[in-house]
Amino acid sequence: MRALVLGLAVSAMAGFAPIGSASAQAIKPAIVYDLGGKFDKSFNEGVYQGAEQFKKATGIDYRDFEIQNDAQREQALRRFARDGFSPIVAVGFSQATALEKVAKEFPDTKFTLIDMVVNAPNVQSVVFKEQEGSYLVGLLAAMASKTGKVGFVGGMDIPLIRRFACGYVQGVKAANPSADVFQNMTGTTGAAWTDPVKGAELAKSQIDRGADVVYHAAGGTGIGVLRAAADAGKLGIGVDSNQNGMHPGKVLTSMLKRVDVATLTAFSDAKDGKWKPGVMVLGLNEKGVDWALDDNNKALITPAMKAAADKAAAGIVAGSIKVHDYMADGKCPL
Amino acid sequence: MDALSLIQILESGLRLSVPLIFACLAGLWSEKSGIVDIGLEGKMLMAAFAAAVAAFMTGHAWIGVFAGMAASTLLGLLHGFASISQRGNQIISGVALNMLAAGLTALLGHVIFKQGGRSPPLEGAARLPELAFGQSAMSFLAIAAALLTALALARTRFGLRVRAAGENPAAVDNAGVSVTRLRYGAVILAGLLCGLAGATLSLGQAAGFLPMMTSGKGFVALAALIFAKWRAWPAFWTCFLFGLLDAIAIRLQGVALPGIGAIPVQAIQALPYLFTIVLLAGFMGRAVPPRAAGQPYVKER
Repeated sequence: MRALVLGLAVSAMAGFAPIGSASAQAIKPAIVYDLGGKFDKSFNEGVYQGAEQFKKATGIDYRDFEIQNDAQREQALRRFARDGFSPIVAVGFSQATALEKVAKEFPDTKFTLIDMVVNAPNVQSVVFKEQEGSYLVGLLAAMASKTGKVGFVGGMDIPLIRRFACGYVQGVKAANPSADVFQNMTGTTGAAWTDPVKGAELAKSQIDRGADVVYHAAGGTGIGVLRAAADAGKLGIGVDSNQNGMHPGKVLTSMLKRVDVATLTAFSDAKDGKWKPGVMVLGLNEKGVDWALDDNNKALITPAMKAAADKAAAGIVAGSIKVHDYMADGKCPL
Repeated sequence: MDALSLIQILESGLRLSVPLIFACLAGLWSEKSGIVDIGLEGKMLMAAFAAAVAAFMTGHAWIGVFAGMAASTLLGLLHGFASISQRGNQIISGVALNMLAAGLTALLGHVIFKQGGRSPPLEGAARLPELAFGQSAMSFLAIAAALLTALALARTRFGLRVRAAGENPAAVDNAGVSVTRLRYGAVILAGLLCGLAGATLSLGQAAGFLPMMTSGKGFVALAALIFAKWRAWPAFWTCFLFGLLDAIAIRLQGVALPGIGAIPVQAIQALPYLFTIVLLAGFMGRAVPPRAAGQPYVKER
């Protein structure tokens, strides 16, 4: 109760604060995380960082919920909507069904769905061109590999993760057409996002077969992938958040998916009254995906590699390089 | 499928089966003495948590291992108190233990580390190193534990008495031996073994604790115990088989087999379960639990 009163007080203050523009509104933002949890060092944590950034900049607090099983998605969304929260950010493709239902029940609540599209007048769907970012890290992986063999470990076996894999393979083959790419998926249920032991075993199996760079798109499972690569003296590639710092010098780069920006934008747009429903597709051009270069990995990225990645990025933005989207036809040309 | 990859599969299979072996032996001791232990999962989880916390705080993996064993033994004693001293229902006590561990570890983890229940990643000396054949010391300990358990149950006075306490406690009592003390001894042993299982998970296989990281391994160990008909070596081999199937599922993914080609991921992932059902249904025969398992012993007046 006290938190609620405090929340109301804070949002009321924000509403009347002199820095807010004329159209600024008092908002009560909320987040429902996906399985894997807020601190998965990856996808969900990116959303958390975006929300924290918003909180720091505006002083507006938000509520969040970490689901423990699939049945809680709908309950959590409905609960937040009924308590008057808006915008509500739903994280992950698995929220789509629940969100579709709840969005209909609360037509005045603003929902932002990350990673999946729901067509409703009060839903904003943010999707990313993961294939473009994956293409770039694939290019880098192939250039960093000495054995000509690289690996990919996915989380749950769904079209979205196949899209990462497909983009990655295209990038690898663009740099080294004769390279081998080993692909593994962790599982077919939500538990595949939180199994670092299996992630490590999968990475080890790929390393045993000769891979010396392993890219993961597996949420919390990826912690095990990066660790196994680091333990074996090979290179890992992080995903979603910048994971270069998890094993400095052992993570080649990270494919950044700017869910933090998407969250921050959703919150600030709602605050400024600019929030719009519809589908937003964020690719390289919109800075929605990128690859990470910082102090932790700058020794691993040679000038030639950086130049190649920059050139490919420019090519993708300009349209001269076409990266195939697995989700467009359910097939990967390579 | 050459010799090298065959060895790698065997190594990976042993690695994956170590927590199962410890937990299964724990269940074996407990149930042989007449105490049904549904709480293997909870004890393992608590041990994994305590091990990760202690290893993180001190920077020494072995301190973590002992902390895990201590935490799991405490839970074991709780189970013992409920089901031996208080003559409570052993199934209910075990289930309560599982729920307690699931909630408590996540809560304490969040209070201590503020990372949603997970522990920070462990580095360097806080983790169990690989010694040989891709195995940590735990793998060798697991083999030793199976050996010692088999020997103790077949040859030592304590082992034989524990078995008697699980078959016919009244006879043990008539002979002037305390059933209560024997059962407590077995429950403590089970706690120590579960502690090793949990520590293997958080310090050996993963580098840190995650909420619910045991993910049903305690129940798999229980199934293995039944499959092995409450015998030590068969328990070891059953757990190894489960680990091996897991390893095969992991290694076969995306590998083209000669003559067959690449098998769909889903089929590969269903493999361990299919195998388990086939083995259980086709090759097992009758499994008879210790006769007095699950029944609290009431001294005749």
